[in-house]
Amino acid sequence: MSGASAGAAPEGALELEGLGLRLAGRRLIEPLDLVVPPGEIATLMGPSGVGKSSLLDFLCGTLDPAFEGEGRARLGGEDLLDLPPERRRLGILFQDDLLFPHLSVAENLAFGLSPAVRGRAARRARIAEALAEAGLEGFEARDPATLSGGQRARVALFRTLLAEPRALLLDEPFSRLDAGLRDRVRRFIFRHARVRRLPTLLVTHDPADARAAEGPVVELSISGMQQSG
Amino acid sequence: MGAALRRLSRGPASPALAAGGLDWTRPVPVLTLALFLLPIGAGLLGTLLPAFGWLPALGGETLGLAPWRALLAQPGLAQAVLVSLVSGLGATLAAFALVVAFCAGCHRSRLFRRLRLLLAPLLAVPHAAMAIGLAFLIAPSGLIARGLSPWATGWALPPDVATVNDPWGLALALGLTVKELPFLLLMTFGALGQVRAAERLRTARALGYGPATAWLKTVLPAVYPLIRLPLYATLAFSLSVVDMAIVLGPATPPSLAVLVVRWFYDPDLSQRFVAAAGAVLQLGLVVAAIALWAVGERLAAALGRRWLAAGGRGAGRAGARVADLAGRVPTLFAVGLGAAGLLAVALWSLAWRWRYPDLLPSAWSLESWRRQAGGLADAGATTLWVAVAAAAVALLLVVGCLEREQRGGRRPGRGALWLLYLPLLLPQIAFLFGVQVLAVRLGLDGGWLALVWCHLLFVLPYVFLALADAYRALDPRFGRAARCLGAGPERVLWRIRLPMLLRPIAFAAAVGFAVSVAQYLPTLFAGAGRFASLTTEAVALAAGGDRRVLAVYAFAQALLPLLAFLLAMALPAWAYRRRRSFRAGP
Repeated sequence: MSGASAGAAPEGALELEGLGLRLAGRRLIEPLDLVVPPGEIATLMGPSGVGKSSLLDFLCGTLDPAFEGEGRARLGGEDLLDLPPERRRLGILFQDDLLFPHLSVAENLAFGLSPAVRGRAARRARIAEALAEAGLEGFEARDPATLSGGQRARVALFRTLLAEPRALLLDEPFSRLDAGLRDRVRRFIFRHARVRRLPTLLVTHDPADARAAEGPVVELSISGMQQSG
Repeated sequence: MGAALRRLSRGPASPALAAGGLDWTRPVPVLTLALFLLPIGAGLLGTLLPAFGWLPALGGETLGLAPWRALLAQPGLAQAVLVSLVSGLGATLAAFALVVAFCAGCHRSRLFRRLRLLLAPLLAVPHAAMAIGLAFLIAPSGLIARGLSPWATGWALPPDVATVNDPWGLALALGLTVKELPFLLLMTFGALGQVRAAERLRTARALGYGPATAWLKTVLPAVYPLIRLPLYATLAFSLSVVDMAIVLGPATPPSLAVLVVRWFYDPDLSQRFVAAAGAVLQLGLVVAAIALWAVGERLAAALGRRWLAAGGRGAGRAGARVADLAGRVPTLFAVGLGAAGLLAVALWSLAWRWRYPDLLPSAWSLESWRRQAGGLADAGATTLWVAVAAAAVALLLVVGCLEREQRGGRRPGRGALWLLYLPLLLPQIAFLFGVQVLAVRLGLDGGWLALVWCHLLFVLPYVFLALADAYRALDPRFGRAARCLGAGPERVLWRIRLPMLLRPIAFAAAVGFAVSVAQYLPTLFAGAGRFASLTTEAVALAAGGDRRVLAVYAFAQALLPLLAFLLAMALPAWAYRRRRSFRAGP
């Protein structure tokens, strides 16, 4: 996959070229080259603390200023890294669902729902449809704090999908779920990523995640710094 | 590696700029500092120059020591300085000792966790109202003497002893202690959260140290640096307080700060030079006292190190009991005095006939309130709008500064904290006179702009202190998640960060409001006598004879901030009544 060029990549693919991270001038991980075609789930494996999450932050444009990113990233041929985060249209799911605690379930979804869907009735209908798809009919007015872990994960996924992302980034979104739930949520998220033909990048330290993704697996190599924890 | 490897350096800052072009938070920190430092700097200069004879408007056109000679010739100057030192240093030492004793002795008790709730309302009570309440309590004709008379004391008339306005400023020291204790306790509670006090205590207890000794040996050394600036601010404030000193302090001579204000308002304009020199002396007094305190810190640290190394465990059962009592009793007594003082104010405002030594009035009436309604409404309205304006501007600037931190990813260092504390470390009179001179020059004096600006100098630091921790503690991933969902930085601020911080923001606004309501000198100076607030009216009435009128104003003055805090608690509770995550306390 090394040396992938824009011309060879399938349409709508996520292309990473020499993507890496530095902290105080020292390289954290070896630069990464990877092409993720639509509908494929590529996995970045590595121990925790290696900078996997920061790499996704860099892709999203929300990297902590203490870090320094390098390399290029393209999505559907368009350079990503020059865009402000809100224009990159990358969907991301974190370890925690990060549902906004001050908003109801419907308001959380509405925050994500693309502004291209206009009119109150249309937006409300789109949200009801998404809730039905998530198996959460009638949950509009619910307080996120009253949902179960699995329900919260599903709301978080649909909040992200309603923003109509062009790619999906998964930052160990299953690691906080208990074992019984983990597999169900994982299959649920993967199914939606594949159905929507989203190029998907998963970072994890759990080999079971990588197996379930059924895509290419890249072992992130540490360089420069001693890692712990 | 790829041939076209491009090194990029990107924080959230640069894409944010690319997003909307202009980022309004960018100039806010500098603007805030300018709004802050310019008047203080100009004010200090405007006080310093007349202190050495330079004030062309009054014919002072040569620099010299004449004002200082005149100052030193003033009768009672030495006594005034002494009163300031006794009350200021005494009150700060006493309040600090109470805080240490309480935390060391009672940190395991239920009271320790509950006191916090009681402190916020006490903190909200303006100094003047607290002083008036205390005077109603401890005066020879006050509530305490009435409670003991005549059965215990035999007094049928108020005895002729100076329990308030005593020549040494002891009543003033007591008032300052009662008023500063809640502030220092709250600052200490905040600091305790930052130093992982529980872990330190567990370790020390496991090594066999008694609870109080463990606290003093492992927690205090970590907490002290965090409350050093609040302590210095308390010291500076106590040494140069004016409103409380007028109510509780001696009259002939009063404390230095009151003396200086008197000179400023002397009809003989040449006294202004003496006043300016006195203000500079006041500044020197504060600087010297802080220096003295710092020396004391070193000394205490050296002694403390030896004590620590000696390894005494203080683990006796009796010792813990004594420590608990020593922590509990004085603090509860001080807090109780404050609360009882407010009760006395309420009683007096409703009393119609109240003979000595009856404990309660024999006739009640709303007549005092009715008679003062007009003046009360005017002064109340002025107090209200100045406080709302100052708190709103302060909130806007503080949110701008804190949001800039988030977007720029950089946090100001310790130097910025000192700058923030500057208006609290300088005696107000040391620069307010100069500020007034400046305001006259700019044609702003006696206008609402100067008034609000002047209040802002004192409101802003407290609003910042009240909000900064919560703002910085908010999980940044919520903002990142929102950005990735397509929200620009402004949408993240207004739809995510501010609503999530509604509770601390409302609290900070109430703090700012309360600080503004309590301001006495800034209203006096910047208002050029054209604005009467509840505070200036209450202090002016304190010299007069009618306790009922005084009580009405003092009660109204205390009521406004209490209402603000009530609103600040009720509003988020109501807004998030259906959100479980927001139900826990702040």
